Amino acid sequence: MADSPADKFAEQSMEAPIIGPGYNYASVTDKISAIVLSRRPPKWWILGFAVAFALVMMLLVALTYLFAVGVGIWGIQTPVGWGFAIINFVWWIGIGHAGTLISAILLLLRQPWRTSINRFAEAMTLFAVSCAGLFPLIHMGRPWLAYWLFPYPDTMKMWPNFRSPLVWDAFAVSTYALVSFLFWFIGLLPDLATLRDRARNRAAKVLYGFLAMGWRGSAIHWARHETASLLLAGLATPLVLSVHTIVSLDFAYAIIPGWHATIFPPYFVAGAIYAGFAMVLTLSIPVRKLFGLEDFITMRHLDNMGKVMLATGLIVGYGYMMEAFTAFYSGNPYERFMIANRMRGPYAVVYWLLITCNIAAPQFLWFRKVRANVAALFSIAMVVNVGMWLERFVIVVTSLHRDFLPSSWGMYYPTRWDWATFIGTIGLFLALLFLFIRFLPLISIFEMRTLVASEEEKG
Amino acid sequence: MPKPTIYGLMAEFSAPEQLLEAARRTQDAGYRRIDAFAPFPIEGLAEAVGFHRTRLPLVVLIAGIIGASLGFYLQYYAAAVSYPLNVGGRPLNSWPAFIPITFELTVLFAAFAAVFGMLAMNGLPMPYHPVFNVRRFALASRDRFFLCVKARDPMFDTEKTRRFLETLNARGVSEIEF
Repeated sequence: MADSPADKFAEQSMEAPIIGPGYNYASVTDKISAIVLSRRPPKWWILGFAVAFALVMMLLVALTYLFAVGVGIWGIQTPVGWGFAIINFVWWIGIGHAGTLISAILLLLRQPWRTSINRFAEAMTLFAVSCAGLFPLIHMGRPWLAYWLFPYPDTMKMWPNFRSPLVWDAFAVSTYALVSFLFWFIGLLPDLATLRDRARNRAAKVLYGFLAMGWRGSAIHWARHETASLLLAGLATPLVLSVHTIVSLDFAYAIIPGWHATIFPPYFVAGAIYAGFAMVLTLSIPVRKLFGLEDFITMRHLDNMGKVMLATGLIVGYGYMMEAFTAFYSGNPYERFMIANRMRGPYAVVYWLLITCNIAAPQFLWFRKVRANVAALFSIAMVVNVGMWLERFVIVVTSLHRDFLPSSWGMYYPTRWDWATFIGTIGLFLALLFLFIRFLPLISIFEMRTLVASEEEKG
Repeated sequence: MPKPTIYGLMAEFSAPEQLLEAARRTQDAGYRRIDAFAPFPIEGLAEAVGFHRTRLPLVVLIAGIIGASLGFYLQYYAAAVSYPLNVGGRPLNSWPAFIPITFELTVLFAAFAAVFGMLAMNGLPMPYHPVFNVRRFALASRDRFFLCVKARDPMFDTEKTRRFLETLNARGVSEIEF
């Protein structure tokens, strides 16, 4: 009996615990809150924040110039009217999805290993959505009229076109941003109370006390808090699927070859989770090292995240395959040309690079040795981050640049302002993350205490 | 009954099982206005202090229904009543195209109801509360567990209740001032 696969599996999970040994309620609390309450930030924090902040300044320069001159500073030109702005929008919003998956779907599935990474992943979601939300606004010719996307009784007596996925997108992304924020905040509430009670500095006491809203940990409050968290998780789960579905419909609603495909919604959702887990790994590997949190974000977490990446990567691979197969099998000459042009046209290098990054690289994750090697995991995650960005590049650019009429074909070359805006949002994302890990607990303290309690019960 | 001079008595425990046991015994002893405080949610503790069900799910359901109706009506009104636009003879009330936004607004309203409903039912934000006057209560957000018997309880008697709480293996019992 001892050799059955289930027993082996149990043995392995025993080997790699989700929390290091010897922790109690007080020590998990002190260890996590010390990161926030320590007087001076570590040197690497100051350095990292300085770099990120410099990139934010670059973003502001790029945006100022954009608002002054217009979208002509970018490389977009007929026929490619959707350049970096839409590529980056889809890339960022996809990254955000892993946070919701970890905090909502894994909560509903009762996966205790999510505990130590969910707060961090949720923050990542919020910041990625902030970066994503920027792009639809700035890619408009007249960004100051962005509020026209929302229905309000205006003097023009006009309404947005509610049959358009672009309007659905405005609703989906803003709902997603608000719900993610609320979910993140109510999870933070008990931890803010912990910080209020542990802070020595008067200003910190007042600030955390204000944000904690007088949380006192009453059993009745906890009961309602748990109910609210579960309800929010139940609401966020279909929401996250709907958001990327609607993003994919921005493409699939159009008749452009390569966009008009029914596989788009599931393939985009899988791609989003894939990219998001890659980003969670990219961020959590350095953070656990720098803060010495190896006992909380253990090898078990990294291993599990590697597995999720492999699984979603395979779904994405299936998506690519079906895309090519459907184009061939449809018999439609434009669809066939589109896929041949992707593989052999002027952007063929990008396409094959994308296949290497997204399909070939993650295959190493089949091996336990690779998943147990932090450096290898980090490299694969980085490669997938790049690959998922290339995927959006291929979808947006190769479909548009050669469509039905050869006389209207053209090429798309990003300009330095495209790059400055893109890299600037990476800076914004990192700057927000640096502020987050300095001022708020990056691991949910109360959920770690729950975990300690359940470990104690097990013995 | 004269207005009590203190808010109640607070007993401190060092483990969740002790608090749960103490809360049950206090409830069995006939005390009704009690509350327990813990650094994380403990299964069964809310029931042990006499709390049975929260109406939060109902509130969320109602908000979701309101969100769905408003979301759909908004689009119906815009597309079929206020600004009817004939697109190739297609129906004005093209309801399948209205589903995504209806869904998003359902989730939005329900999520707001879940969060603000939870805060409102819990009476938060509440910047001042007498329990914070107990110095050791700061540990309720770290590793200590507290049981509070309020002075408003009909059975409350400072001396008798204190003696009762001491029989429950409490580490200490202190008075909560207003």
